[in-house]
Amino acid sequence: MTAPEPHVNELADYERVIRPKKGLVAVDFDELWRYRELFWFLAWRDILVRYKQAALGVAWAVLKPFLTMVVFTIVFGKLAGFSEKKGMNFETYAVLTLAGLLPWQFFANAMAESSNSLVGSSNMISKIYFPRLIIPASAVISGAVDFAIGLVILFGVMLWAGVSWHLNLLLLPVFFLVAFAAAFAIGLWLSALNVKYRDVKYIVPFIVQMGLYASPVAFPSALVREKFGDEVFFLFSLNPMVGVIDGFRWGVLGGAFEPYWPGFWVSIAVIAALLVSGALYFRRAEKTFADVI
Amino acid sequence: MSKPIISVRGISKQYRLGAAKSQDTLRDQLTHWVKNLGKEQADATESFWALRDVCFEVKPGEVIGVIGRNGAGKSTLLKVLSQITEPTEGEIYLRGRLASLLEVGTGFHQELTGRENIFLNGVILGMTQAEVRAKFDEIVEFAEVGKFLDTPVKRYSSGMYVRLAFAVAAHLEPEILVVDEVLAVGDAAFQNKCLGKMQDVAKNRGRTVLFVSHNMAAVQALCGRIIHMGGGRVLGDGNPDSQIAAYLGEIKKPRTDIAVPLGKVIECRQLEFSPNPIVSGQPLEFTLELGAKQRTQLIDCAILIYSVYGQRVAILDLRTTGGQFPIAPDAPFRCTGRIKNFPLVEGDYRVGLFMNCSEYYSDYHDLASLTVSAATKEGELAPYAAHFRGLVELECEVKF
Repeated sequence: MTAPEPHVNELADYERVIRPKKGLVAVDFDELWRYRELFWFLAWRDILVRYKQAALGVAWAVLKPFLTMVVFTIVFGKLAGFSEKKGMNFETYAVLTLAGLLPWQFFANAMAESSNSLVGSSNMISKIYFPRLIIPASAVISGAVDFAIGLVILFGVMLWAGVSWHLNLLLLPVFFLVAFAAAFAIGLWLSALNVKYRDVKYIVPFIVQMGLYASPVAFPSALVREKFGDEVFFLFSLNPMVGVIDGFRWGVLGGAFEPYWPGFWVSIAVIAALLVSGALYFRRAEKTFADVI
Repeated sequence: MSKPIISVRGISKQYRLGAAKSQDTLRDQLTHWVKNLGKEQADATESFWALRDVCFEVKPGEVIGVIGRNGAGKSTLLKVLSQITEPTEGEIYLRGRLASLLEVGTGFHQELTGRENIFLNGVILGMTQAEVRAKFDEIVEFAEVGKFLDTPVKRYSSGMYVRLAFAVAAHLEPEILVVDEVLAVGDAAFQNKCLGKMQDVAKNRGRTVLFVSHNMAAVQALCGRIIHMGGGRVLGDGNPDSQIAAYLGEIKKPRTDIAVPLGKVIECRQLEFSPNPIVSGQPLEFTLELGAKQRTQLIDCAILIYSVYGQRVAILDLRTTGGQFPIAPDAPFRCTGRIKNFPLVEGDYRVGLFMNCSEYYSDYHDLASLTVSAATKEGELAPYAAHFRGLVELECEVKF
């Protein structure tokens, strides 16, 4: 049996053609837009389930950054003496730490959730069609609630510390978007790799653990530049979270905490590269998700 | 003259086996690369064609049944049609929104309430939130779970769970509905209700339905046309009665392939009855051998006997109190057994397996067939005709 050749006019009426895709596949933004409700519903489900299952619910989102801030402020601020650097007082150091912790914890959680998201949804992937990109993306966005709660604590601590409020705060949404992009970019890579190589579950805790020290969470990144010079700082900035945290901290504290912009743009470039390559890799790998998951 | 709503043109789907199995982790992949350095792409990958040059067209409003043995390519065809997996060759043209129902309750979350799951599942299946809201009352009524709407579904009985899941799916209104064997769940009354709903969707609303089933009675009742598949190809396409007859003829022949895959890991190497045909009421012996492509545990196994029309009639439970059986490429699972007085009434029966290994579990249909011939009763009374006796004739001692 041979298939009749599709007539040109007849083809125009067809709504959808399914055929093997060869080579690199671009991201289909039209389709993602059509599936936006599914994206929000999956994020809504993750959020709902997270707070339903935990006995303390929302309290965790408050306790985790707050207690970490207290411990860091005591250990690094007092014991290690970071808080005396750059003429900060103890209260400012607490704000500085929390302003680093919030994007860091958002990134670490979102990246971990997102990496695991495809494998966790294997049932849906093998039974229903939808743009697979939605899954790691909605896993990242579901961490935004914790982040919003963290912001409230941050504003409380700022009031307590008596730091001055300024217009840079308006830039926080921008830096949040950068943190989102960083978590999503790495989530894209790791979630797609995780389908094929289950090693990812060992890599993620390692990234989170190392990343905490390789990112300027407990110290201002200016210390790195002062101590090791510009070249090392550029290397340091290859860690995308350096740009994210520096930007965020500048948004909160302003003035003296202005990022070293060349370093900042290195981080942004790394994020952009990871995002584009991650999306391309993901699109290429997604063809076989249902077969190998 | 209406144009086809689905046009499948030379679709083939190739799966790779073997090589990928042993490379689940990066380490395995790396050792594989290192070993093959300098070698000319040592292609140890076995591949097989789950679909081979499948062509057919569907007119709007047609209700088509897809039948065939296990491994015939039915499920792969549905997966390709619903874009879950990509074809290796060929093209499909769709002229309408297609919704697939390969499983009921996809995306249901145990912690969420019935109400929340209706919305979530509806959107996952392709409805908009507004559509779900508009049909919400209908769905709840169909599922008969009104009182428990705000209870997490983990507290539902399995019957309620299935009813709710099917109810959401039944209210999808795509132009094309693709349904895998989902009617095999739930109790008989609910199955009838589902069949009725499918009939309504097809006949009264003019939807196009593609429906895979082993239940010949359901296929015959619902479908105006049948596609009979085997070995990844279309073996026949047309009138239901002739296609069903051809299929039933096919399953009576012993399978020519040596081992039938039961999922990715297990294969059925032998499932035989002796004697076959068996005389109703006489002893029957069976032999089952399962092989494995990798080491695993066989947790449960049961032989299932179905009527010609796909109704489950009997089960031979092969579990033991000893627990699981290890099974490996060099150590197959083999058992033989004997049923003292085989009680099924004369006719043709289809034999399948339920198999649960460490990796997955499922029912597998039409692995063998069994013909039962009429017993010649002693005494002067002729037995009732087969269709009066149902499927099982019980032995009894009667006192008067």
